Amino acid sequence: MKTKAGRLNKTTKNDLITYGMVILAYIIVQILVSTGHVSSLIQGLLVPFCTYAIVAVALNLTVGILGELSIGHAGFMCVGAFTSAVFSLAFKQTMPAGPRFLIALLIGAASAALVGFLVGIPVLRLRGDYLAIVTLAFGEIIKNIVNALYLGVDSQGIHFTMKDALSLNMEEDGLVLIKGAQGVTGTPNDSNFTVGVVLLIVTLVIVLNFIHSRTGRAVMAIRDNRIAAESIGINVTKYKLIAFTLSASLAGVAGVLYAHNLSTLNALPKNFGYNMSILILVFVVLGGIGNIRGSIIAAVLLTLLPEVLRGLSDYRMLIYSVVLIAMMIFNWSPNVIFFRKRLQQRLTAGKKTGKEEA
Amino acid sequence: MKKKMVSLMLAGAMMAALLAGCGSDGAADGAAETETETTETADTTEAADTTEAADAADAGDTAAAGGTFKIGGIGPLTGGAAVYGVAAKNGSQIAVDEINEAGGINGMTVELNFQDDELDAEKSVNAYNVLKDWGAQVIDGSVTSACSIAVSEKTYQDKVFQLTPSGSAVDCVQYDNAFRICFSDPNQGIASAQYIGENGLASKVAVIYDSSDVYSSGIYEKFAQEAANQPFEIVAAGAFTADNKTDFSVQLQQAKDAGAELVFLPIYYTEASLILTQADSMGFDVQFFGCDGLDGILGVENFDASLAEGVMLLTPFAADATDDLTVNFVAEYNDRFGETPNQFAADGYDTIYTIKAAAEKAGITADMSNEEICAALSQAMTEITVDGLTGDGITWDASGEPAKAPKAVVIKDGAYAAM
Repeated sequence: MKTKAGRLNKTTKNDLITYGMVILAYIIVQILVSTGHVSSLIQGLLVPFCTYAIVAVALNLTVGILGELSIGHAGFMCVGAFTSAVFSLAFKQTMPAGPRFLIALLIGAASAALVGFLVGIPVLRLRGDYLAIVTLAFGEIIKNIVNALYLGVDSQGIHFTMKDALSLNMEEDGLVLIKGAQGVTGTPNDSNFTVGVVLLIVTLVIVLNFIHSRTGRAVMAIRDNRIAAESIGINVTKYKLIAFTLSASLAGVAGVLYAHNLSTLNALPKNFGYNMSILILVFVVLGGIGNIRGSIIAAVLLTLLPEVLRGLSDYRMLIYSVVLIAMMIFNWSPNVIFFRKRLQQRLTAGKKTGKEEA
Repeated sequence: MKKKMVSLMLAGAMMAALLAGCGSDGAADGAAETETETTETADTTEAADTTEAADAADAGDTAAAGGTFKIGGIGPLTGGAAVYGVAAKNGSQIAVDEINEAGGINGMTVELNFQDDELDAEKSVNAYNVLKDWGAQVIDGSVTSACSIAVSEKTYQDKVFQLTPSGSAVDCVQYDNAFRICFSDPNQGIASAQYIGENGLASKVAVIYDSSDVYSSGIYEKFAQEAANQPFEIVAAGAFTADNKTDFSVQLQQAKDAGAELVFLPIYYTEASLILTQADSMGFDVQFFGCDGLDGILGVENFDASLAEGVMLLTPFAADATDDLTVNFVAEYNDRFGETPNQFAADGYDTIYTIKAAAEKAGITADMSNEEICAALSQAMTEITVDGLTGDGITWDASGEPAKAPKAVVIKDGAYAAM
C-alpha cells in the first residue's frame, strides 16, 4: 500500500482521498443506520446532504475552475427539479421506478444543461462580472415563470397556459402536472441515500476528470490569464461554455435528487431563490474555492448545523451566522492561515522526532 | 522518502480527523437530543408563566398517573410567515395548558413540542424527523399547505396521525391518516361566490389575488368556477406575485375602469391593508370582500383602521364574538402574548381540543404504539363532534375534510361584527 501510494502522483492521490472520503462516509452511515444508531433527523437529512454536496461541487466548477461568479445555480436546480418531476409524475403509473428515475435524471440534467448553454452564449463572450448579474436575473426569472406556469396532460395531449388552471380546458381524465404556485404535487419518492451517494460519486468522477483533462487545463489557463490563453490559440468562449454548461447540468442533477425526495415541489424564494444561490456559494467559499473535497464537507456541515442547533430555538439562526463568520475567519484569514501552518509544522516536527526516538 | 512519509501521515491524519468527525457527530446528536428536551421543558415553563402549569408539567415528568401524550407541532416560527406559525403555536399551547390543568387526556399529561419549518417543505420534513426522535405520538401541523403535504407523505409512511390546523390545499388530507381543522381552499372560494351571489352584493366583481401563493390562487380558481353559476360576473382579475406586492395601483385601476362594484380579495391581510390604502388615495370607493386571510387586518401597524370600515370577510373565527369560549380564549391569549389572536391561533387551539376529543373517544393510552393510535384516532375522527372556536358542531368524514358553516363578518366601528 505504501509503495503503491507512493508511486501515484499527487493529484491522483488527492482525488482518491476525495472518493475514499465519500465511500467511507457512506459505509459508516450504512452501518450506523443498520445498527439503529442514527436518529430520524439525520436519516432524513442524508439525501439533502448529497443534493447540496452535488450542487456545491457543480458551482465550484464555475467559481473555482472557470473563475466566473454564478449566483443563479439554484435556478438551474429549479429547472432540473421541475422538468424531472413533471416527467416522473406523468409516468408515475406506467413505468417502474428504476428506469423512470434514470430517464428523469437524464431529462433534468439535459434541460438544465440546455438552459445553462443558452444563458452562457451571450454572457461568456464578455469580460467582467456579467455572468454574476445575468445568472442572478436568470434565477429569479425561472422562479417566477414556474410560479405562473400551468401544465396538464389528458387524452387530447398536452395543455399549457400562463393564466390559471381553468384556462387549461382539460378533459375529465386529465392530470394537472404543474399547478402554478402550487407547484408539482405527488412526485414519487425515488431518491434515497444510496442513489444520492452514487450520483455524488458520478459527479465527482466527471468533475475531477474534467479538471485534469486537456479541456480542464485549457479552462484553468483561461482563468489564470485570459490573454496568454488566447495567444496560444485557446478558444476562450468555447471552453468557458463547456465548463459552464457542465456545471449547470450537474446542478440540474442535484435538482432531480431534491425533487424526488419530497412529494411537493414549489418554487419558493426559500428553496430556489436568490438566498439559496448565495447559500450554495457560501458552501463553495467556505470549503475553499477550487477545492472539490472542501465543497462537499462544507455543504454537509452547513446543512447539518441549523438542524443540530434546533434545541436553541430562537437563537439558532443567530448562532448559525456567528459560526459562519468564525469558519470564514478560520479558513481564510491570513493570520489564522499562518498560525495553522506553524502549528502543523510543529506537530509534524514533534511526530518525527518522536518516531526517531522510538 | 521523507516527503512520502509526510504525505502518508497527512492522509492518515485526514482519515483520522474524518473518523473523529463522524464520532463527534454522533455525540453531538445525542447532546442535541437531550438539549431539545431540556429546552422544551424550559420553553413550556417560560411560556406558561403560571406556576400551576409548570407544576403540572413537572408532575407529568416525574409521576404522571397515565403517562404523557406527546403532540408534535410544525409550523413557520421564523421568516415571513412566522405570524401564522407563532399564532398556531401559541393557540395550541394555551389549549395544552388548559387540558393539563383539567387533568389531561384520559389521565395522560399532554406535552407539546413545536418545531420551526421556515415555510420550507424540506425543513418541514426535518422538523417532523426531529419530532419523531422526540417520540411524538400525533402531529399538529404543518401550519402551511405545501409543508403539510410534504409531511403527510412521511406520516403516511410511518403511520402517524396528523391533524393540520390550517393546511388548506386539497392534497393536505389526501391520505386517510390526515385531517384538517380549517376550510379547504376550494370550499372558501365556492362559499364566497355563493355568499356574494345569494345576498346580491354586486353584479360586477373584480378579483385581486396573489398568483404565487397556493392559498390565494386556490381560492380564486374555485371562486371563478362557481361565479359562472351565480348572478354576477367577474369583470377584472388582477394578479400579483410575492416579489411585487407593494404597488397595486394597476390592478385597482383595472377594477375601477371595468366598473366593479365589489372587489374580492382572497389574500392575506398585509397586502390587503395596502390595497385598501391605495384604493382610498385614488378615490376608488367600493365594497371589499375577503376570506379568512383578511382576519387580522385591524392589527396592521400604521394602517388607518377606518379604511377597513365596511369590509366584509368570510372567516371561521372572529375575535370579538361574544360566546364564552371565544371571550375566554381572547382574554387568555391577550394576557399571555399581548395581542389579539387571529384565526391561526384559533385553529391551533381547536386542533388540540379535537385531538383530545378523538383520543377520549378512541380510549388512547400512553403505551399504545403510534400505529395503533393512528388507526384508532382516524376512526374516532369520523365519529366525534367538536364545538370549537372556529365553528359549532364540527364533524369530519373519512376524507379528512371538516364540515362547518362559514361565518360572514363585517368591520363596523373598528371591530368585527357578525352579519
